[in-house]
Amino acid sequence: MVDQVETLYLIASFLFILGLRGLTAAHTARRGLILAELGMVFAIWGTVIHPDIMANLEIAGFFQTYKWILLTFFIGSAIGIAISALIPMTRMPERIALSHAFGGLAAALVGVSEYYREQVIAGHMDHTTMAAIGFEVLFGGLTFTGSLMAFGKLSGLIPGRNITWPLQNQSNILMFGGTFVLLVLVTVDPSNQVLFYAMAAMPLLLGILFVAPIGGADMPVVITLLNSYAGLAASATGFALNNNVLIIAGAIDGASGFILSVVMSKAMNRSFRNVLFGAFGKVDEEDAAMAAAGGERVQEASVGDAAMLLSGAGSVIVCPGYGMAVAQAQHVVGELAEILEANGTQVRYAIHPVAGRMPGHMNVLLAEAKIPYTSLMELEEINEDFKNTDVALVVGANDVVNPAAKHNPASSIYGMPVLNADLARSCIVLKRSMRPGFAGIENELFFAPNTVLTFGDAKDTLTKVVEALS
Amino acid sequence: MLEIFLGLYIFMLAAFVGYGVIKGVPALLHTPLMAFTNAISGISLVGSLVAAGAHYNNVSTVLGAIAVLCATINVVGGFWITDRMLRMFKKQDPKADAAGDA
Repeated sequence: MVDQVETLYLIASFLFILGLRGLTAAHTARRGLILAELGMVFAIWGTVIHPDIMANLEIAGFFQTYKWILLTFFIGSAIGIAISALIPMTRMPERIALSHAFGGLAAALVGVSEYYREQVIAGHMDHTTMAAIGFEVLFGGLTFTGSLMAFGKLSGLIPGRNITWPLQNQSNILMFGGTFVLLVLVTVDPSNQVLFYAMAAMPLLLGILFVAPIGGADMPVVITLLNSYAGLAASATGFALNNNVLIIAGAIDGASGFILSVVMSKAMNRSFRNVLFGAFGKVDEEDAAMAAAGGERVQEASVGDAAMLLSGAGSVIVCPGYGMAVAQAQHVVGELAEILEANGTQVRYAIHPVAGRMPGHMNVLLAEAKIPYTSLMELEEINEDFKNTDVALVVGANDVVNPAAKHNPASSIYGMPVLNADLARSCIVLKRSMRPGFAGIENELFFAPNTVLTFGDAKDTLTKVVEALS
Repeated sequence: MLEIFLGLYIFMLAAFVGYGVIKGVPALLHTPLMAFTNAISGISLVGSLVAAGAHYNNVSTVLGAIAVLCATINVVGGFWITDRMLRMFKKQDPKADAAGDA
């Protein structure tokens, strides 16, 4: 039986990695997904014939053995499908945060369950298993409450701004250190139940305290980091249960979260340390809504002017920002692109890594609006092309097109990679009002001689432009 | 003791393989990637299934059953939503692409 289980797990691991490889290109991604799904079927198959379950099957019979598995599996599937089928693409970051919370909770519960079985009931637990379970409940608990906090902030259930209190970082680090000491102590003496439960409870508190001071704009980094922790929790579960497929899947998830959080931090020009302990300040929109600097003048363009500029252009690069998604303007952007392309204009999209609220979010939003992925360009791919482009159309983006990041060392976003919208022959900025972006700073692009601004709701403006052109 | 080292080797190699493969995933697919790895890491289902099905004791069974619930939401929901996103990614000329394959 053990051989069968291990064989099935081996096949599952192989299919997971093969499936993941499929994701390296858009046209193979769905095939990869199917391979991974198949892998999951093998993993579950291998588990329901696990020796411990089979032993119970012989004593208790089919119904008694599988009733809880079947019941929870069906309820879980129903909930999973309902959430996934109904949630709008704009709320994807919340959905991901919530699933990290579930993943963390599952790992922590399995850890406690294992401790209860081996130590409390059977009374023997070796130190290495204890250490693995310790890491499991540590990462699991931290991921659970941390992700719930991230979910709350993203969905607006709790204030998105950074919640701060005196000696915050010091007390958080002290508590983290304390939890780690508990982990060491409980590894040395697994029989001390009080220590174990204290160690299991601490990460729950830590998750809340760590995420509370981080503002809404920094949530992409938090989500990716929690993704990594969820993976490490799964891996630790694998160590505790001597289950290799769990170790492998967890390691992959951990690596993925790590890579994405590095990508996000770089795109925001921030270090991990700065995101986690910086309490960036003034990150939420209300605080940033300060008056525009006086003196400098912007050139305003009417809807008609903008339409004329676009219809005369041979090439257009759209620079979307999260403001576009907020205004629900992505579908009308797609319509505009269709009209322009019918006129022979080349239309492409420059996607900044932090244009959305999580890695790759903007691509999904535009794909949903039926924009072909072949015209969605990454920053590095397209940034050199701006200077040969007639019009850069900035829709709801701000900091990611601010040229100050390139040449003004005094700017708080100096060094951050930005789209070269300023280098296009002309630049149309669709803007609700003269309000600075998340970083709360003025955008030089708006005052450039080749830039015009069209004020108003992005969706309304674009709808009128589409009407004018068709 | 040997087992833990075997596990650490597997972890190390899997982390490098994961890093190498995921490095190649374009930013275009980063959101589906997160949903995808999230579904895969729902593999902790494997651990919770044993806890829920082996009936070691009541506490383990109850904790295991809740864990199965959470993990299933991730596995089934994660694969579902990844597929929902990937179906939206279309090549040039979306109208001609009636088959819906991306």
